[in-house]
Amino acid sequence: MDAKDQETVLDTFPKLLQSHVERRPNRDAMREKDLGIWQSWTWAEAAREIRSLACGLASLGLERGDKLAIIGDNRPRLYWSMTAAQALGAVPVPLYQDSVADEMAYVLDNADVKIAMVEDQEQVDKMLEVLERCPKVEHIVYDDTRGLESYRQEFLHQFEAVQQAGEAFDRDHPGFYDSEVAAGNGAEDSIMLYTSGTTGNPKGVVLSNDNVIITARNGIERENLTAEEEVLAYLPMAWVGDNLFSYAQSYVAGFCVSCPEDPTTVPNDLREIGPTYFFAPPRIYENMLTQVMIRMEDAAAIKQRLFHYFMDLAGKVGVRILNGEPVSLKNRLLYKLGDLLIYGPLKDVLGLGRTRLAYTAGEAIGPEIFDFYRSLGINIKQLYGQTECMVFICVQPDGEVYADTVGTPAIDVEIKIADSGEIMYRSPGVFQAYYKNPESTASTKTADGWVHTGDAGFFDEHSGHLKIIDRAKDVGKLNDGTLLAPKYIENKLKFFSYIREAVVFGDGRDYSTAFINIDLDAVGNWAERRNLAYSGYIDLAGLDEVYQLVKECIDKVNLDLSQDGKLGNSQIRRFLVLHKELDADDGELTRTRKVRRSTVGERYGDLVDALYSGQKECHVETRVTFENGSIGTLSADVQIREAEYYPPGGIAREAAA
Amino acid sequence: MNEQHGGEVILSVENIGLSFGVMKVLDDISFDIRRGEIRSIIGPNGAGKSSLLNVINGFYHPQQGTITFKGETRRHMAPHVAAKDGIARTFQNIALFKGMSTLDNIMTGRNLKMKTNIFWQALHLGPARAEELENRLEAEKIIDFLDIQAIRKKPVGKLPYGLQKRVELGRALAAEPELLLLDEPMAGMNSEEKEDMSRFILDVNAEFGTTIALIEHDMGVVMDLSDRVLVLDYGKQLADGLPEEVRNNQEVIDAYLGVPHEEEVA
Repeated sequence: MDAKDQETVLDTFPKLLQSHVERRPNRDAMREKDLGIWQSWTWAEAAREIRSLACGLASLGLERGDKLAIIGDNRPRLYWSMTAAQALGAVPVPLYQDSVADEMAYVLDNADVKIAMVEDQEQVDKMLEVLERCPKVEHIVYDDTRGLESYRQEFLHQFEAVQQAGEAFDRDHPGFYDSEVAAGNGAEDSIMLYTSGTTGNPKGVVLSNDNVIITARNGIERENLTAEEEVLAYLPMAWVGDNLFSYAQSYVAGFCVSCPEDPTTVPNDLREIGPTYFFAPPRIYENMLTQVMIRMEDAAAIKQRLFHYFMDLAGKVGVRILNGEPVSLKNRLLYKLGDLLIYGPLKDVLGLGRTRLAYTAGEAIGPEIFDFYRSLGINIKQLYGQTECMVFICVQPDGEVYADTVGTPAIDVEIKIADSGEIMYRSPGVFQAYYKNPESTASTKTADGWVHTGDAGFFDEHSGHLKIIDRAKDVGKLNDGTLLAPKYIENKLKFFSYIREAVVFGDGRDYSTAFINIDLDAVGNWAERRNLAYSGYIDLAGLDEVYQLVKECIDKVNLDLSQDGKLGNSQIRRFLVLHKELDADDGELTRTRKVRRSTVGERYGDLVDALYSGQKECHVETRVTFENGSIGTLSADVQIREAEYYPPGGIAREAAA
Repeated sequence: MNEQHGGEVILSVENIGLSFGVMKVLDDISFDIRRGEIRSIIGPNGAGKSSLLNVINGFYHPQQGTITFKGETRRHMAPHVAAKDGIARTFQNIALFKGMSTLDNIMTGRNLKMKTNIFWQALHLGPARAEELENRLEAEKIIDFLDIQAIRKKPVGKLPYGLQKRVELGRALAAEPELLLLDEPMAGMNSEEKEDMSRFILDVNAEFGTTIALIEHDMGVVMDLSDRVLVLDYGKQLADGLPEEVRNNQEVIDAYLGVPHEEEVA
């Protein structure tokens, strides 16, 4: 069949599913580890599950254009629910499974959800809690029955019961499913994804089948992905990336997707599946590296020396080998030996032994972290994307990977830089609209299809790659007119494994300052090796030695900044180590762990004032929400310290070492 | 939870007296446990709570009184009889095999359920193989139930305390007990771990119908979980009744709670 021809026919997910049933009925479509054993479903089996589920949902009243909410961890049944809804022309709306009831209520109501497909008792309980506020929700279907035996509500249905009803419905209405699938087309709404929103309420991004499928196909074409790929679906289903990598691209390319046993077993499952195509946000790569380093610190001396010798070698030549640059024969041979002794086993432990392509996106990744993986021979690349265009805006091409850029435009994507410095793009993936929010749609998408990203950036003169500095609206100015890019500085700080989060202030002030969150694992281990006693996070964060450690990190960033032209004067002058970890439950981070700068600034107003008042110490009391939902108070005396200042443009001296 | 269990009496102890030399540890204790309930035993340190559990599962032999379990009255229990008859327990100080994995520890809890002899088991053939698979499946169900998949193959000695407690509960559950004795399952836990453990105790009770006898210090937990509460003080029985009754009993307040109990805020 001609490729172009296929595109015109296979324009919805149920149609793609049918094509796989015809072409590769007995190949695995999905896998899940249950009771310690990997269970798998072929395309033909998956199609049967989806058909009976779709008919079951139809018997519950789900119709073309209705919305089906999907809430839970990555489970085959929840992915099937997406296709089942799409088969009826209904629109799946995945929600973040860890969102609290209030957040859930808003989305359920805003999205006009008719039926909710949820994973287990935890989610059912949350649904029941908010149901009064969501009168449009008619039914709730749940997968895992544990703990739900005593629930008697009529609108609660067990997954298998819905499928059985679907089978009966299918018998009574032969041809119903097929005609519903045939009625679907590329222009129809495919999915609605809520953006986490650093400000205000989340917005529902409506994407059509064409948006999703054409973008998925372009991504596959650019990276030569095939039906042989192995993927582990472990990121939240509500996130656009999971929908692209674990759902859309699987349906287009025909590869198998595996679901982890449990969110906590992901490292084991990674090792067992050995994905060839892998996506992770920078923090996961960071965590993996931190774990490796912590374990190496405890390893025997000979192992440590081997590790450090070969990692040094990899640092020198690994990236060059991966980029296909010339490397001496001796180093090539040594690298091969290193692969046998260190790199290979290490990659296997990480579960990246077979990885052909690894992406990272969402936040900037630390250059040493990036280079660590690349030097091992893992082809990790950065991409730049948004929910509003089904991910792809820019991707780093093979062999042209730099830590500080996000690469060249993806297939069919046009990019321009507005006069304000804001990046804008146009592509076949550009979303239809924000659901029921024409004002936001109009302010984001121009009449001729250009989308405002809200990010400031420029094309690098040497490489021609796009470079992003900050959110356009976050770029501020100090009182002396120096440009301040807080996120740019925060990212530099977060590249140190000891620093987990940083929040930089300074817009409209005389100088810039920072809140620091230390990384409990890394700093805890560091403290243990120095025999420093601490009882918990607060205690550790207040230690003088830890302050000194953080100061050293900040000094290095300041030195770096002093060389950074226009940003030279925005060095951190004063800082403090926050007494509490910033947490999404307190609204300080988004669910995707991005800092809400204004919320943090307001919550800790006293601390910000103290940073600008010359105080050495500040007493704070903070309300915190514990994981069980109860509220308590933390109080602490937070110290404030000054960091080294380097004259802008000055030559980097020995202090750099 | 806290609904009246009108179930038959599964265990009753009558006029139990236990002394070590001149030390009277238990003095004329009588109480019963009904099938399907969560029965708590509280009291200050040294009140005799753990000793009472040890009497129930036959580890200590009382000098006076009788124990009736599932209709059979005895002067004292023997540990192997207790285990065979469906009594399992966890310990105040964790008693797991530290060098063995979580899975293996839970499998040891299935020991009594295995019928084939050591010869077949060593060969891992025929009936022993089928039995091993069946028992592994049961162990996996417990791992899934307790949400400890991530530590399935980790040596338990390296696990944090809260998780070790959970593994110990898993091993006790593996014996499919009718009566589960839990000796301070939440000692030394933070509030989040306590909440998880409380959830598991309720789930065990609701899902498997297991009768539970619980020793616990955290009054909030006891009042929330228990159907009935027995209060001991220096080996004597101070009170026995519904949580509200015990909470309002003046003697109990004086001896144990000190002040009228106020809801603790975590």
